[in-house]
Amino acid sequence: MSDVKEKDFRVVTNVTVRFAGDSGDGMQLTGSQFSDTTAFIGNDLNTLPDYPAEIRAPAGTIYGVSGFQLSFGSDDVNTPGDLPDVLVAMNPAALRKNMKELKRGGVLIVNSDAFDQKNLKLANYDSNPLADDSLSGYELHQVPISSLTANALEGLPLSPKEVSRCKNFFALGLMYWLYDRPLKNTEDWIKDKFKNKPEYVEANTKALQAGHKFGEMTEVFTTRYKVEAAKLPKGIYRNISGNEATALGFLAASVKSGLPLFLGSYPITPASEILQYISAYKNFGVKTVQAEDEIAGVCAAIGAAFAGHLAITNTSGPGLALKTEGIGLAVMTELPLVIIDVQRGGPSTGLPTKTEQADLLQSIYGRNGEAPVCVIAARTPRDCFYMAVEASRIALKYMTPVILLTDGYLANGSEPWRIPHVNELPDIPVKFRTDPEGYYPYLRDENLSRPWAIPGTPGLEHRIGGLEKADVYGTVSYDPDNHDRMVKLRTEKVKRIVDDIPDLEVDGDDQGELLVLGWGSTYGTIKDAVIKARHAGLKLSHAHLRYLNPMPKNTEQVLKNFNTVFIPEINLGQLAHVIRSEFLIKVEQLNIVRGLPLKVNDILQRINTLLGGGNGK
Amino acid sequence: MANNPEVVTQKYTAKDFSSDQDVRWCPGCGDYSILAQVQRTFPELVQTNKEKIVWVSGIGCSSRFPYYMNTYGFHGIHGRAAIIATGVKVANPDLSVWVATGDGDMLSIGGNHFIHACRKNVDLKILLFNNRIYGLTKGQYSPTSEKGKVTKTTPFGSVDYPFNPLSLALGSDATFVARSIDRNPKHMQEMIKRAGQHKGLALLEIFQNCNIFNDGAFELLTEKETKDDHVLVLEHGKPMVFGKNHDKGIKLDGAHPIVVDISNGKYSKDDLWVHDEFSDAPVHAMILAHLDDRPDMPSPVGVFRQYFKESYDEGIKTQINMIKQKKGEGDLEKVLFGANTWEVI
Repeated sequence: MSDVKEKDFRVVTNVTVRFAGDSGDGMQLTGSQFSDTTAFIGNDLNTLPDYPAEIRAPAGTIYGVSGFQLSFGSDDVNTPGDLPDVLVAMNPAALRKNMKELKRGGVLIVNSDAFDQKNLKLANYDSNPLADDSLSGYELHQVPISSLTANALEGLPLSPKEVSRCKNFFALGLMYWLYDRPLKNTEDWIKDKFKNKPEYVEANTKALQAGHKFGEMTEVFTTRYKVEAAKLPKGIYRNISGNEATALGFLAASVKSGLPLFLGSYPITPASEILQYISAYKNFGVKTVQAEDEIAGVCAAIGAAFAGHLAITNTSGPGLALKTEGIGLAVMTELPLVIIDVQRGGPSTGLPTKTEQADLLQSIYGRNGEAPVCVIAARTPRDCFYMAVEASRIALKYMTPVILLTDGYLANGSEPWRIPHVNELPDIPVKFRTDPEGYYPYLRDENLSRPWAIPGTPGLEHRIGGLEKADVYGTVSYDPDNHDRMVKLRTEKVKRIVDDIPDLEVDGDDQGELLVLGWGSTYGTIKDAVIKARHAGLKLSHAHLRYLNPMPKNTEQVLKNFNTVFIPEINLGQLAHVIRSEFLIKVEQLNIVRGLPLKVNDILQRINTLLGGGNGK
Repeated sequence: MANNPEVVTQKYTAKDFSSDQDVRWCPGCGDYSILAQVQRTFPELVQTNKEKIVWVSGIGCSSRFPYYMNTYGFHGIHGRAAIIATGVKVANPDLSVWVATGDGDMLSIGGNHFIHACRKNVDLKILLFNNRIYGLTKGQYSPTSEKGKVTKTTPFGSVDYPFNPLSLALGSDATFVARSIDRNPKHMQEMIKRAGQHKGLALLEIFQNCNIFNDGAFELLTEKETKDDHVLVLEHGKPMVFGKNHDKGIKLDGAHPIVVDISNGKYSKDDLWVHDEFSDAPVHAMILAHLDDRPDMPSPVGVFRQYFKESYDEGIKTQINMIKQKKGEGDLEKVLFGANTWEVI
């Protein structure tokens, strides 16, 4: 390659790339490989897989397009980026679906081989957009990816279909060249993934290398880009998705509490991966029950909690609805239980693979009777780890169900994570009652939490269940005053968790004109919007709730220190509703429910309006 | 195993299994008999460590059962007893987990959990109190009510066909399937014992009279004048004989059971179908489960089928131990730092 002239490098601080193709084109794999390599060389990054609910929709159709967007940079990267700088489109449908989002003047790489009559028709193109001037505002690169891949793999004992399946690695190789990333991570991954199919190892590796070489050899690309490593705090890092972080968090909670982990679960998008990850940790004594339905998932967990395990159940919105009665039972029996809701677009089946924040009210209020539970929410993929540990800690300490909210974006999105050492994580002390002297099932400690006396303990035989129980004694009671007392005790117990959680932090001044208040996965978007607004000379603050019920003690004070509280959410204003009714304050809302993360620009525009039409103060 | 079998001391009495709660079933309810037979049987079945007994139930009259047993107990929600019990058993396989449930609880709202508990062979002992009516909601027909049943919700008679609980259990590959009757205490005690000794899922259906909303549902099987002609007591290795004068028997004609008279010399006991509890295939037990579909046939009680395979809870335990052996005890630090890491200096 010494005869090839070095091409120019342009240093950029942040790039947003979107890979798009057929569901069967391997775009998720391409995206996650690009992410892992990008993380490995030290960029900060944030990803957004965006795929259809159908596994293999008919090839070439628009609804079958699968996308993977990531943003990476040498500065903090808090979102997967609003609009891509670079779009890789593997067919006309992918182009059609994603073109309107590509930044003006952005880089567009298309697999020109796929632009035949049939595919153009499937994508509703009357004429070939590569042949007219409709793409003239972009830096268009037509690369015959299919035929170049076929050429590179000539002579290998593969069927045409198998050859075609390697084209995503060609595209990946080309992107690695363009953004100056090493091939080694992906080469290693291919070796491991196809260790029993040496011919696939060779084919995919060759395709990857051919893509890279193509960038090097051709005159098509005149510029390469360099994105320097980000200045991240010292430590050992890995790239982590929200679902994997959630799974690891509960594993850590199990180790730190000394209790075996029990997961009762029923597969549901986008939460199934948590069950998949946890079921692989069997050598930790983890028990997973893939139950017959969602209700069974939560009920098996309740049984395991009764028997003394760290019991959890994971689901998404429709499953949370099904688990409702079970959660009420855990409230009544005052057993520790964590319910993970990876929120998705609703109602009903809704948008199974898309993200939304519309289960907040269901989580806080959605049960029959007065059934208080603690509700907390993770704000980034890596935060899922810490909030899983926290959910376990609270559940075990207060003998209460805790709902941990994440969402489809956090679940599938990934970012670099500075891995904590086990000894940096807090211990979770657990005490089983063993002394029969003076024991009653509904005695309460200073936290109002009742003793955990597990079957197998001599002398503590007792009965609990869904019927109202007599205060202290735990026998069935229909006494009106007792019910009134127990309803209030259960509520008070959850309220008191407030003394055990950190205050709400404010990024920026703790008083002023505008506070942007968020919860959950909008964290990065709000953070970026606030940073941009400040760059434009505006003054504003950001606070992000991780504890939704109860909310931190200082929440009311924080909110009242600002003239305007602005709450952007991927729902119709559920946090806004709670804030208004809790604190009787007026709030401004931004509610966009597209099944996608909010865009920085949408929030920024509203900030500008709220602060007087964009004039800095 | 006691070292000296002659001096096995009975540690518990029936009273030890009785809680301090007043029993609140209607006077005359068949549930009293079931509670009494369980409390009588348990001292023999549970000679030590009664803290290892857990009773789990769902909702309904039957499901108040755990409150009356001085053991660990969990009164669940409607239909969910089998799966709550599964959670308990998987979490701690050392426990002996019993389920008290009814025909509405287990076969209607809880049908799904029931068949899957059978399928998985969870080591649970399920006592199904079948009174063919919804009692606690005051008299609506249940999934085991006979077709045409007139109740508050079916003033013109029910249109749907009933479930056959034993057929359902057999069809779901339950490893122990038996039936008894509330009015036959000795038989029920024997069946409770057998269920308790079985390793794997045991279903014991108990015909239980609801004297308020479905009185007399099993009259023919319990009244002195009629019961011998309507009940077939199954005993392993014995020909199927019934009738007041032991004069009738069941003969198998291919897969087709027929009643024959063995008093007139045409047929003898040698011609009768000999009961085999341990039959490899569920076919014979299935024929027995459907025997009384025909009005001229007696209703069998006893153990229909018992066979052995690893229980679900045991399978989970074994797998965990195997993986621990193969991979070593889990090391959290290793898992956290295990995959594709890089260092920022």
